[in-house]
Amino acid sequence: MNPAAPLKFVSSNRRVREDRRFVAGQGRYVADIALEGLLHVAVVPSPHPAARIVSINAAEAMKMPGVHYVLTGEELAKATEPLMNGLDTPNVRRYPLAVGQARYAGEWVVAVVAETRAQAEDAAEKVRIEYEQLAYVIDSEDAFDPKSPPVHAGHGSNVLLDKTFVWGEVEKHFAESERHLSFRVVWGRNSTVPIETFGVAAKWDPWREMLDVWASIQMPKYPDQIARALRIPLNNVRVHFDVDVGGSYGVKRGIKQTVLVSHLARVLGRPVRLIEDRLDNMRAGDAHGPDRIFDVEIAFNDDGIVNSMKMRALDNVGAYAGRSPFQLGKPIGAIVGPYKIKSVQYRAISVTSNKAAQEAVRGFGQSPTNYAIETAIDKVAVALGLDRIEVRRRNFIRSDEFPYLIPSGTRYDSGDYHTVVAKVRAHADYEGLIRERDTLRAAGQCAGIGIAACLEPSGGNSSFEPLLNEKNTTTTWMDSCRIVVDGLGFVTATIHTTSSGQGHETLVATVIGEVLEIDPDLIRIVRPDSLNSLPSNTPVGSRMAIMLGGAAFHAAQKLKAKIIKLAAHQFGCAEQEVIYAGGAVSHGASGKKLAWAEHVNIAHRNFHLLPEGMEPGLETTHVMQVPTGTKLPENGRVQMYPCHSFEFHLVLIVFDPVIGKPEIRRYVIGHDCGTVINPHIVKGMTLGGIAHGIGASLLEEFVYDSEGQMLTQSFMDYLLPSSHEVPKVEIVHHCTPSPFTVFGQKGSGESGYLGSPAAISSAINDAVAPFGISLAKLPIRIAAISDAIAAAREAKAKVKA
Amino acid sequence: MKPAPFAYVRPDSVAEACEILAADEDARIIAGGQTLIPMLAMRLARPTKLVDIVRLKELRGIRSEAGAIVVGAVTRQVEVERSELARGALPLLMKALPYVGHPPTRNRGTVGGSIANADPSAEIPLVAVTLGAEIEIENSGGRTSMPADEFFIGAMVTSVMPGDCVAAVRFPVWSQPRLGTGFHEVSARQSDFAFVAAAAQVALDEDGRCIDAVVGLGGVGDRAQRIDVSALVGQDVARFPVSELIRSATEHLEANSDLHVSADYRRRAAAALGARALEDAIAEARAAGGVVQ
Amino acid sequence: MKVTLKVNGRLRTADVEPRKTLLDTLREDFLLTGSHAGCEHGVCGACTVLIDGEPSRACLMFAVQADGYEITTIEGLAPAPGELSVVQDAFCETHGLQCGYCTPGMILSAHALLEHNDAPTREDIVEAISGNICRCTGYGQIVEAVEFAAERLRKTNAPRNVTGGSDDEPSIDPAAEAGAREGGVLEAAATRQGGRQ
Repeated sequence: MNPAAPLKFVSSNRRVREDRRFVAGQGRYVADIALEGLLHVAVVPSPHPAARIVSINAAEAMKMPGVHYVLTGEELAKATEPLMNGLDTPNVRRYPLAVGQARYAGEWVVAVVAETRAQAEDAAEKVRIEYEQLAYVIDSEDAFDPKSPPVHAGHGSNVLLDKTFVWGEVEKHFAESERHLSFRVVWGRNSTVPIETFGVAAKWDPWREMLDVWASIQMPKYPDQIARALRIPLNNVRVHFDVDVGGSYGVKRGIKQTVLVSHLARVLGRPVRLIEDRLDNMRAGDAHGPDRIFDVEIAFNDDGIVNSMKMRALDNVGAYAGRSPFQLGKPIGAIVGPYKIKSVQYRAISVTSNKAAQEAVRGFGQSPTNYAIETAIDKVAVALGLDRIEVRRRNFIRSDEFPYLIPSGTRYDSGDYHTVVAKVRAHADYEGLIRERDTLRAAGQCAGIGIAACLEPSGGNSSFEPLLNEKNTTTTWMDSCRIVVDGLGFVTATIHTTSSGQGHETLVATVIGEVLEIDPDLIRIVRPDSLNSLPSNTPVGSRMAIMLGGAAFHAAQKLKAKIIKLAAHQFGCAEQEVIYAGGAVSHGASGKKLAWAEHVNIAHRNFHLLPEGMEPGLETTHVMQVPTGTKLPENGRVQMYPCHSFEFHLVLIVFDPVIGKPEIRRYVIGHDCGTVINPHIVKGMTLGGIAHGIGASLLEEFVYDSEGQMLTQSFMDYLLPSSHEVPKVEIVHHCTPSPFTVFGQKGSGESGYLGSPAAISSAINDAVAPFGISLAKLPIRIAAISDAIAAAREAKAKVKA
Repeated sequence: MKPAPFAYVRPDSVAEACEILAADEDARIIAGGQTLIPMLAMRLARPTKLVDIVRLKELRGIRSEAGAIVVGAVTRQVEVERSELARGALPLLMKALPYVGHPPTRNRGTVGGSIANADPSAEIPLVAVTLGAEIEIENSGGRTSMPADEFFIGAMVTSVMPGDCVAAVRFPVWSQPRLGTGFHEVSARQSDFAFVAAAAQVALDEDGRCIDAVVGLGGVGDRAQRIDVSALVGQDVARFPVSELIRSATEHLEANSDLHVSADYRRRAAAALGARALEDAIAEARAAGGVVQ
Repeated sequence: MKVTLKVNGRLRTADVEPRKTLLDTLREDFLLTGSHAGCEHGVCGACTVLIDGEPSRACLMFAVQADGYEITTIEGLAPAPGELSVVQDAFCETHGLQCGYCTPGMILSAHALLEHNDAPTREDIVEAISGNICRCTGYGQIVEAVEFAAERLRKTNAPRNVTGGSDDEPSIDPAAEAGAREGGVLEAAATRQGGRQ
């Protein structure tokens, strides 16, 4: 691109093309896909958190109407490989159904296949399973204790990972600092809980040896994992990517569901599907998020400058490992947040327990870590009696210091944190907000201002994998696009993965339209199946604007270059002498001009006019490696993601001290994700992320009782924010382009969510500060607020007495 | 999440419904189904037969009758919300209804269904108990009625016997011209069941003295209950220490703990919301100079 | 049991078990897959349909209970194939959705609100959609969509009882067939402002 040329389509308020089919109810989700002879699966959950499976009797179930098959874990394990582990923990084996032992309440033990889901459920009730209960562990610290019963006896303990990193001169900085403080905060287990549960349908054709899979999936290397688990060649697996996914935000990684259903389809010779119902999904969809305890120590000076941090993060991944322990690794790429903290000691501990298995959740561990860092900054300000925004300003990396190398090895690309904060302060009238808070307090209300500044690392690669698992040497993390101009001159481009609401079709069309200077609405976007696809690592790690947008950009540039070469050849001049504009190429000196249709005609029909060596047709492909993703880790340091968006939250929360129900009176966010490709999409991500954070900080939790049973299995108890709970949010924009991307764009798929839990916690803690108390566990429930205030008042009354 | 199989019948009269219910104690009435169907879907309820009464005309409608408003059991909640008659005569119920579920469930949920379900935190039973409504029950022996306070026994437990059908709710209408009501509740989200709900209705004479006052609390224990505010009657409300009255009336309430809130929380919230509801009712009554129909 | 339901103005018959919900019947027997299952216990609102014009949970009604009502699904809202109603178009204009899963229910709730009230306050809108959970948007652009649709409905001068399109055009809007309901206004406005699509 000519950097001086104004952008025509990028950053303009164009409609999102996907929306049309969805508003008409014409999305095509996995449950909408009709397959002839389709059979349905229901599962039998374990009633116990830990139990040996003594016997399974399916005789009665098999006799039920419509029943075709009853599958046990033993049988499935013989026919399949264990599911992939991220860490080198070969004895933490995981299969779609419990094998020999159930490891959490709700774990799927038996699968029943019938003509209808209702019949499968009827029969599932008739499966008789004898269990022998075993010792179990739920609490994270208990699980870390070597004396706790190991969830996987073969692994020997519950510790999957216990690794301490020291980046910089931590002890020296602590010794030199004038002040220290320490605290613990807890991030309760919650998740993104899409309204569409996970679903998958599979069909095996024994004559063609082809497994067709339709799924509501969002997962890198999904076809590879299916092939490995089923022990079939990868080119016998065909995943259909033209399936709309009803929300994911990280968690739709249904590999166990897919292996289960695919195996059944092979055994039965009929298409089989499993659409999780809400109970299946909540109990054992294996899609819970981080469940984390942070112990933080901070070393700082009297002026509020933070010198060093020690953080211990203990994460409870539940009964199986998968990739979830890596959620402790990704935050290493932004472990100092937007601050110039000189050194960090980070101990990452991942333990198994008898809870449901954890999966990747929006931000991949970054939002909990941001919550811990921001709590620390608030506490430094309070300890010093300084304004909390001012302390942040003093510690921010300055705009002239980028690219900025943080102690753990990542170079931040760009940012202007001071300006964003200044804009938000001015927009929100921070002083006025403080006056409003104080007026509310004087009237007997609890009122608090919440502040959070944080980064959204974006452009996702997998550097945390080799960092935490030395056997893993993956540095490649690409995405791709192919552009085809057909014989009539129409443009079609490809996406090689599913999407779950991120507007990737709009992204690709916009970018190609921009480069080729043609109307994006005329560009068709298709999703070939996995056998026809180029490599993609799917929309994880807030990467698609950078990676899919980047691949589309480069493919379009190649196409443009080919057209220019073709045209210059016709003109008999050098390529540098022609000008490409609006799809036409002209030669200034001779006044010659070739229109789009003429390039198309020559490329498709006039081989005799092509330059020597040029392939006929107009088709280009680009496979793009993630920017900056070039090296394996060295000495515990690695470049994590390439780009770093910034967000600054300013919130006013009010509540009655007895009732304790927080009302968000004002919510302002400053957001800088570089060049915005589609403003509607970025806005939606940010607002949706904030709503998600409101849920995580106030309402949503997968609660287990002391018996190991999950108490929040339905939407009656696991509380998703409704329109009543989400306030009107004001967004203040700023744009600091990234030097590492084609338009200067950064990611925004996790925006809002990465700071809102921290901001809401900050506001509530500011509100209860006059009582001398703090609330250190998310979600902060109404009763926790009220109970803590009541206890503080009682204690004060006692002291007076 | 599919229900276990059941049979479905749609009788033509209440009498026929009662006959079917009496003959099969595992048969259950379905009206709006907004609470029952989730229970069926999770297989927490497994009736042999569903007896659909929602279209029985004899159970539908809102009418004024001898100092009361009688709401037929299958009258949908939204129909009461939109009823001019109810708006004029049952201001407390009108204040409570917007808290019942959310608009789509109020479109199908019935008044009688909410009464028969007897959720301890449900708003309609709370208003019924607070106002001293009578619940009309029909069975093969005909129609009888009992005070709401006796009808509700515990959480999801009522005096309904096999073969009984809740037919109507008779809400008393206060005719005093200076009438005020108050309703407050706290829940995790606005549309959730209340942790605590408080309802109050007050009538004043021309001098601002209390003629009658009632305060009810829901969600605290295992059923809605009235608390004793008789001390207010005959007093000049402008000078009466309302908060203290409510505090002493709620201090020793039996309260439940659950996943979301503690028993202590419920007691504190009951005192706070009870006082707020009563204060609102008093303020509204004091402001009401005119005649209420 | 055999049931005959009036869906989007057409009578449709299916043979269902009593335990089959209206939602499953719409999806499986009538292939109207725009209504979605989210929780199947009445909380999320993804299955919302209009029953006699009122938003209701299709997962909280059995098909055997649903005869005699006018049932409108999202498929019944578009005035013609490829043509959007004002509300649907407004959702596109403000990007009041992302993954699209809650969207049909959300739009039906918004549609029902605007039939009663074409000048809703923000609070009215928030209340009307409070039974529809969206996990993607945080509701901001949904509220904007409903405000935008209301504005456009107010600005059209269409009489409240006139339907759009000529008589020989196919209509799948039951309200339009009924001839006098306000659903017809949406259609009329959509036709008039079709250029925005």
